[in-house]
Amino acid sequence: MSKMMKGATSSPSPSGMYDVSKTKLKHQTLLQDYQKPQMVSLSAFAFLFSELVQYNQTQVDNIAELERRLEDAGYAVGARVLELFCHREKGNRRETRLLGILSFVHSTVWKVLFGKVADSLEKGTEHEDEYMISEKELLVNRFISIPKDMGTFNCGAFVAGIVRGVLDGAGFPAVVTAHFVPVEGQQRPRTTILIKFAEEVLRREARLG
Amino acid sequence: MPPPAAPRSGDAIFSSVERVNAELFTLTYGAIVRQLLTDLEEVEEVNKQLDQMGYNIGIRLIDEFLAKSNVSRCVDFKETAEMIAKVGFKMFLGITASVTNWDVDGTCCSLVLEDNPLVNFVELPDSCQGLHYCNILSGIIRGALEMVSMKTEVTWLRDMLRGDDVFELQLKFLKQVPEEYPYKDDE
Repeated sequence: MSKMMKGATSSPSPSGMYDVSKTKLKHQTLLQDYQKPQMVSLSAFAFLFSELVQYNQTQVDNIAELERRLEDAGYAVGARVLELFCHREKGNRRETRLLGILSFVHSTVWKVLFGKVADSLEKGTEHEDEYMISEKELLVNRFISIPKDMGTFNCGAFVAGIVRGVLDGAGFPAVVTAHFVPVEGQQRPRTTILIKFAEEVLRREARLG
Repeated sequence: MPPPAAPRSGDAIFSSVERVNAELFTLTYGAIVRQLLTDLEEVEEVNKQLDQMGYNIGIRLIDEFLAKSNVSRCVDFKETAEMIAKVGFKMFLGITASVTNWDVDGTCCSLVLEDNPLVNFVELPDSCQGLHYCNILSGIIRGALEMVSMKTEVTWLRDMLRGDDVFELQLKFLKQVPEEYPYKDDE
């Protein structure tokens, strides 16, 4: 569903005629001015996201499964985000180096989707293949309170999925997870998106020097 | 008692609330529709589920609408439709709709949308021709109106994803639901 359009290609309508209305719709979206993006109210998004979570809750019987489904939904968003942003903001070029793609996620992707660059991007100290993007107040966690019986459930799984979708599409397969990290003196924890790259990614990166 | 505040315009509310990029909203909605298509398989079932999700949103969204718009009770269905088109759509989605095609009794009209952030980047594949992609919107309107005692029927007449030049939602007023008080104040 909701297929990202590719350039000016357009499927012919059943009659074989070139379908003008569909094309108009597509061009409007692609040429949208990035400096003045179309906005919707935060509550519109919050209502929608809450329905996404609630619907998926009816489809699962444990927390891990719920997070996996939210991550899947995010992955679909990430895959499209990569294609769209590479096309619009990077002249159809995508990053091929590890730090390049990480900063693309941390800066470009975050800036467009959440209106700000992510709070921090760090390399894991214990493992070579781990990187972390941290956010003090992740958009999807703002209106969410986790009931006690749901343990470590984190709606950030959706954002982790977006990150995984972008990375995977760009040729950097990784396992991406979202975690709450308590902050001293703050009531609400921050969210850390933990990225663990596949072995092949690190091998390639080492070869490229 | 202070006089009731004047109703605010959709533009004024939209510019005062926090906003997010419409692309995040659009793509998230796309992900929802795709999940439903995978889970439910039948396009008709997806339409139903989207409508249900919209209804769930509508019954909560009306609170925010009333709180932020200072709108009091609408005198008739015509005013209600105008409120949805000019204030409701604007304050949540940043778009406006026009209200047309009134029937003689003033109980049925059309909301026409030229711009709809839900459908950016979307193309309906042949296997989904029966899908009402934006069915969540009609559910929202139905749910929200039910909370202000109006039973309505909301149906899609035109859909840009199906090649029409605009989106057209038909809004039909069915009946006024008598208010039920869950408790008795005076006892």
